[in-house]
Amino acid sequence: MNNLINPTSSQSELPEIVLEPPHGWLDLRLRQLWFYRELLYFFIWRDLKVRYKQTVLGATWAILQPVLTMIVFSIVFGKLANIKPPDGIPYPVFSYAALLPWQLFSGALANASSSLVINQSLVTKVYFPRILLPLASVLSGLVDFGIAFIVLLGLMIYYHITPTWAVLFLPLFILLALATALAVSLWLSAFNVKYRDFKYMIPFLLQFWMYATPIAYPSTLIPEKWRLVFGLNPMAGVVGGFRWALLGMKAEVAPLLILAVIIVVILLTSGLIYFQRMEQTFADVI
Amino acid sequence: MSDYAIKVEGLSKQYRIGRKLRYHMLRDDLHMAAVRLLDGLRVTRNASPKRKDLRDATRVWALKDVSFEIAPGSSIGIIGSNGAGKTTLLKIMAHITAPTQGRVRLRGRVGSLLEVGTGFHPELTGRENIYLNGAILGMRKQEIDRKFDEIVAFSEIEQYLDTPVKFYSSGMGVRLAFSVAAHLDPEILLLDEVLAVGDVNFQKKSLNKMGDVVRGGRTVLFVSHNLAAVKSLCQSAIYLEHGEVKYIGDVDSAIEAYLSVGELQSVQKVEIKANEKKSAQIMTVSVLDRTGAAAMRIAHDQPFSLSIQMVVREITPQFFPTIHILDSEFVPVISSSHFISAEESGLHSYSPGTYSFIVDIPGPLLAPGNYRISVNLTQKTRKNNWTFDRVEHVCPFEIYDNGSLLARYGLKWTGKLSLPLEWTCTKE
Repeated sequence: MNNLINPTSSQSELPEIVLEPPHGWLDLRLRQLWFYRELLYFFIWRDLKVRYKQTVLGATWAILQPVLTMIVFSIVFGKLANIKPPDGIPYPVFSYAALLPWQLFSGALANASSSLVINQSLVTKVYFPRILLPLASVLSGLVDFGIAFIVLLGLMIYYHITPTWAVLFLPLFILLALATALAVSLWLSAFNVKYRDFKYMIPFLLQFWMYATPIAYPSTLIPEKWRLVFGLNPMAGVVGGFRWALLGMKAEVAPLLILAVIIVVILLTSGLIYFQRMEQTFADVI
Repeated sequence: MSDYAIKVEGLSKQYRIGRKLRYHMLRDDLHMAAVRLLDGLRVTRNASPKRKDLRDATRVWALKDVSFEIAPGSSIGIIGSNGAGKTTLLKIMAHITAPTQGRVRLRGRVGSLLEVGTGFHPELTGRENIYLNGAILGMRKQEIDRKFDEIVAFSEIEQYLDTPVKFYSSGMGVRLAFSVAAHLDPEILLLDEVLAVGDVNFQKKSLNKMGDVVRGGRTVLFVSHNLAAVKSLCQSAIYLEHGEVKYIGDVDSAIEAYLSVGELQSVQKVEIKANEKKSAQIMTVSVLDRTGAAAMRIAHDQPFSLSIQMVVREITPQFFPTIHILDSEFVPVISSSHFISAEESGLHSYSPGTYSFIVDIPGPLLAPGNYRISVNLTQKTRKNNWTFDRVEHVCPFEIYDNGSLLARYGLKWTGKLSLPLEWTCTKE
């Protein structure tokens, strides 16, 4: 090998990167994620910029989507099916408090699961931890959530509902919703790269999941013996938590919320492992 | 040598072949799983070696046991014909794809530029895209802030900075993208075909900028089809063929090694191996003298022609063949596309089949010297042009002086053309 230029002595002090065939189970490379935090910020910033570029439509959509769903639910379930929420909570605010975290979750899931495929030109041309893409999609949903939250405050004032001290737990339930969305997105986004026909199943999955979550109905409608099984659905835990924290509905808190949390932790860990194992081949397959 | 910037040890990469095999369908895999399950119930384990053979047959080695070391501060060109593994090598080093075997050691921050404008978003403005693209390429926000004015000045698009990129001409977009990339400041820079951007002036500017980068003591790995650019930027080169290193050494010897093999050798007519994956492909290229016979020596004052055969396998919209005649320094002397004539007749795509093109070159046109031919198939997309098939540096031929006045007076040719120019001489 020709050595044409004098080696500079500082070179040997530089950090060495070793690229090898994939091996090992879980090596989260958290330090690397920290290094790329600015890029995460820029991905979120891009998503928001593009979404709110036509400001009127962007912000309106974030409000219209849950509000219209709430109106439809109020008519179909509140009036026609005559579902009465417990504790005398009016149906619109009852369903809206659940739709809020659900929209955060479903929006995040829908965006994040396609994030790798949509950004395929990036994945094949530049290196960065691929997890930034689904992570950015999940986090950027928080802005829509924040906007839609203002409507909830309006509804609560309108119906004279004062939150109890339980409202302090709200951030934890938001975190649980985000963690669930990320966990499922890790699986789905990697699946989407591998199986191109998988994306057709996601809307169906979301619809199914929504009805399995007590959003349009109170969890007290579920027969006692099934309630535990329903409680295993982390989103049921989130929705119940929202109703408890904001509307003071104690009965809505899933009986074994800790189980739901454990399930999310398992989903998230396995999702990270799967995602990381797939990560190295994304550029070859996508 | 223990002090290295890049050390590649026994690197290999295996790919599945066949474009249609690239992504799976879940329904197919479920089907296969069901079939395998049934097979497993019926057949004993003896059947498995056969299946392994089948599996190996659909895999190819894009790189095979590649090893080399690069000293810090050197600039290395990677050359080789299409499919030699150049881009795969770069993609592994850029951490985009993982090797199947072997390892790469890189000392220092790595910046890779495999494409100009990666991550540009059409809805965002030029200013916003500078930040986004910079971050994607690995710059910190602080760093972009610091270099912002320099980037803008280099791109020459100051007045459109707050216009969404979707309203940019393709030239402007490329200039902006290159400017961001050119201000990347890593210890190791990996470059793939990025110099062929913009108009001639901007290309020159880019090449100079790259020259500065190279002289700035960075380690640069440069993959290119443009041998002239490789020659001007790199002191040494690696010549790859079929995924193996054929030559490592100074750039001139590497280029010589590359040009002296197979299809690039002195043959009058090159025939390219069919590649069923390509929707359209150049199959043969030859230089014909005025009688229509394949030739390697042509008199400077005689017309001659290039003959190209192209096969179209499936309809590919809006593409066109282009020929380049390159001088001995691989600088194109003249280029011509069938695109221009095709647009006039309203023909936008070729239906599947085999096409023959004859490009007539008048004589006298080229000055005596040695030339080669490159042929590209380029698809015109909305934003830019994408060359999906190329045959490069083939059919070396010589234009010889066929008794010009210059020769008669014992003078040397200067310039690339022998096209006679009219002189008018009047005495005042």
